[in-house]
Amino acid sequence: MSMAAEERSLRAPWVLTAPALMLFVGVLLIPLAMTVMLSFHDWGQYKGIEPVFILKNWHEIATDPYYAEMFWRTFRIAILTTLLTALLGAPEAYILNRMSGRWKSFFLLVILGPLLISVVARTLGWALLFGGNNGLVNKLLMSLGLIGSPIPFMFTETGVVIALAHVMMPFMVLSVWAALQRLDPQIENAAMSLGAGPATIIRRIIMPQIMPGVLSGAIIVFSLSASAFATPAIIGGRRLKVAATLAYDEFLNTLNWPLGAAVATLLLVALVLIVVGSNALIERRYAEVFR
Amino acid sequence: MAYLELDRVAKQFGTQTVVDDFSLSVGKGEFISFLGPSGCGKTTTLQMIAGFLDPTRGAIRLEGKDLTAIHPAKRGLGIVFQSYALFPHMTAAENVAFGLEMRGVPRNERAERVRAALAMVGLAGYEDRHPRRMSGGQQQRVALARALVIKPSVLLLDEPLSNLDAKLREEMQIELRQIQRTVGTTTILVTHDQNEAMSLSDRIVVMSQGKIEQIGTPQQTYEKPASAFVSQFLGKTNDFAGTIDRTVAPTQLVAGSWRAPAPAGLGGPVTVSVRPERIGFGDTGLGAKIITRIFQGNHWLFQCDSECGPAIVIRQNDGKAQPAEGDAVRLTWRAEDMSVRARADA
Amino acid sequence: MSRNGPLALIFHTVFVIVMVAPILVVCLVAFTPEGYLSLPTNGFSLRWFRTIANYPEFIHAFWVSLGLGALSSLVALLFAVPAALAIARYRFRGRDVLAALFLSPLMIPHVVLGIAFLRFFTSAGLGGSFAALIVAHVIIVFPFALRLTLAAATGMDRTVEMAAVSLGAGGWTLFRRVTLPLILPGVISGWALAFIQSFDDLTMTVFLAAPGTETLPVRMFLYIQDNIDPLVTSVSACVIAITMAALILLDRFYGLDRVLAGKGDTGR
Ligand SMILES: Nc1ncnc2c1ncn2[C@@H]1O[C@H](COP(=O)(O)OP(=O)(O)O)[C@@H](O)[C@H]1O
Ligand SMILES: [Mg+2]
Repeated sequence: MSMAAEERSLRAPWVLTAPALMLFVGVLLIPLAMTVMLSFHDWGQYKGIEPVFILKNWHEIATDPYYAEMFWRTFRIAILTTLLTALLGAPEAYILNRMSGRWKSFFLLVILGPLLISVVARTLGWALLFGGNNGLVNKLLMSLGLIGSPIPFMFTETGVVIALAHVMMPFMVLSVWAALQRLDPQIENAAMSLGAGPATIIRRIIMPQIMPGVLSGAIIVFSLSASAFATPAIIGGRRLKVAATLAYDEFLNTLNWPLGAAVATLLLVALVLIVVGSNALIERRYAEVFR
Repeated sequence: MAYLELDRVAKQFGTQTVVDDFSLSVGKGEFISFLGPSGCGKTTTLQMIAGFLDPTRGAIRLEGKDLTAIHPAKRGLGIVFQSYALFPHMTAAENVAFGLEMRGVPRNERAERVRAALAMVGLAGYEDRHPRRMSGGQQQRVALARALVIKPSVLLLDEPLSNLDAKLREEMQIELRQIQRTVGTTTILVTHDQNEAMSLSDRIVVMSQGKIEQIGTPQQTYEKPASAFVSQFLGKTNDFAGTIDRTVAPTQLVAGSWRAPAPAGLGGPVTVSVRPERIGFGDTGLGAKIITRIFQGNHWLFQCDSECGPAIVIRQNDGKAQPAEGDAVRLTWRAEDMSVRARADA
Repeated sequence: MSRNGPLALIFHTVFVIVMVAPILVVCLVAFTPEGYLSLPTNGFSLRWFRTIANYPEFIHAFWVSLGLGALSSLVALLFAVPAALAIARYRFRGRDVLAALFLSPLMIPHVVLGIAFLRFFTSAGLGGSFAALIVAHVIIVFPFALRLTLAAATGMDRTVEMAAVSLGAGGWTLFRRVTLPLILPGVISGWALAFIQSFDDLTMTVFLAAPGTETLPVRMFLYIQDNIDPLVTSVSACVIAITMAALILLDRFYGLDRVLAGKGDTGR
């Protein structure tokens, strides 16, 4: 390569990425930094935001059991949602993968399509299905004899978890699906020829290999569930607060921005730590399957 | 007498017949190759023996027992897949042990047999490696050990060497042959590589479009191809259009200016097949002109324009002078070096 | 038809029904002739679709969403295409960090982004403005625009460009006549996916929108907060129908599987 060409190829990537980089620094990193700073500011009902450096908000979050309870609820909902999607989504992906061509693409579309449909509309659907004691779900469960009296779904964690699991399910199916595509198409035949039955094949051959897919799906579902807003707000209502809905309240109703910023910062930091940590763990644990 | 027997086996996918009227009997300990171009139904046939596909028609018997009634997991056949299909989450030893485990072989015996199997394929010391950390050749060996350790009644190999580079493939061919000889397992190898089929097998089944073209020893299929397809597929060949002339006595086989006493049982238009290395230059014979002459180290390759169309001739480089491009020559061969078939198109 | 046992097929059937039910029920309720929430048992009626016309704020919100989605996706592409070309072609120091930064909006909870932008734009005196919404949406759709463009640029046959250069094309001509046409399918689907993403965002936008700049999801959400009636189901049904139409177009144009794969692994 000539000197000029070499120089060009050193400079070119920076010239090309400079606009995007400036955009991201200017309107993403700076606002995020401002939010972290905001969480250290003071606030009063009448004085508004005071740009001083105090730990009041962090202290309040650390000591007031209300916040501990709210964060615990947030993560509990996220964990249950993740479990539900994994327990149902992984088998479904496996079943889908075993279907023949045309059915496979049809059902894949039916299951993944909702990913692109408005979350508000999907949650509204659940609100309609749950709708009070004589909602469709309760009617169905009672007529099947599965329950004796109606279960409250609206404004309960159960309802939030079910609706959230529905919203998140495509991510899990997609993730497990991707892992299944990496399987050797003959792997089940190989196991069978060595004498393994269907249950053994699933337990010993399939499960260990799709586990990385399940886990990375779980990370996506968990982090999106823990920061979900629309579904907990609509199904959970005003009393069943999670981190996102609480921050919303602090900002737009109470107007205590610094406290809201602290809640948001804590959520962000917790999620980043969990996601980065578990990604690293998974990659270490499954190095031989990934490579 | 037949150990494994396929009796008029056929397979259809929808309306497409992929394997048709496939009959073969394999003796115990024999090494058989299915040879044919890609898509001719080799894998399909193998998978029917393995039990992953059910034949549409016909029967498959092992020692006289109907094999198709037995679930693939219970057939006790060893299979090596083209992709190896190793379990990536298990070590080499765990891969090999899997089949023994399924058979309930006790732990101690299992460990011993796994070690022996890995040693046999030259992988002693690789017990704890994961497949992804092994080379293609090593993975191949693990797959072979995994299939052999269960002492299969038949070993099925689906293009096991096609993912290896040329040099490694040759080494593995020799090794495979040695292992098979030692263990004595009846083996069926699927391949589209004629050299591989020739150097490994006791008998070759040449297939084309789902049908058997010829079954025979490597020498038979090479030197006495039963059809134009076989002669073309197994190495280079010259097909000359000839006729059998019964107007003279004794009857003569005529191809251009080349003539010889006619073989028995044929008449009218025929195809005369001669391998290029069996043709020599002489004073009488098929008239031809040399178009190009290519030096290839240990031999010379001549492309000629003969009375009966294009011809190729291969001459050993024995240091003697060779005809030059543009020379007019006569092509001759011995009667036993040709195979003569009735010509359908005439 | 498949290698699945009866138990698996039962599981699958129930699974698919549950996945479809909430969407289906919204669309059905939208056609109720009654004045309250109910399945249309006495025939279908368009009454609630006509009612939308009496709520100009929904219509206005729809236009805001449409303009916002179209514009922010376009602006995002203007930044993303050069960045994608750089990341696809050059191995330079900081490349991985840059790529991670550009994809980071996928990892940051939207509520955090909403708060950060609210704080930022309020301080800048742009609180509640359409311009603020555009900038914020550019950031959240950027990863999607980048990903699909990147996939197209990485998959592109570089020798075609080299051939063009050898024939004398260079600079802008090379980009306009050779590179862009080759990556165009990726760019267009990047735009479409970005649009859908922007059109659907509630969590971040709910912090930024003011009366007048409310998007459709925000309007719907605020409406649902007060009460759920058939009106909001008919609006939802319209949104679902529009999305479906977009999906079908996208599928024709690019293959939905590839688009969905682009949206799928958000966590990585
Ligand atoms: N599951 C299937 N469904 C339909 N056609 C198939 C199937 N499997 C193989 N075929 C067709 O059968 C023919 C033979 O395939 P195969 O046995 O794999 O060939 P080979 O192994 O000789 O290359 C091919 O034309 C292939 O397209
Ligand atoms: Mg094959």
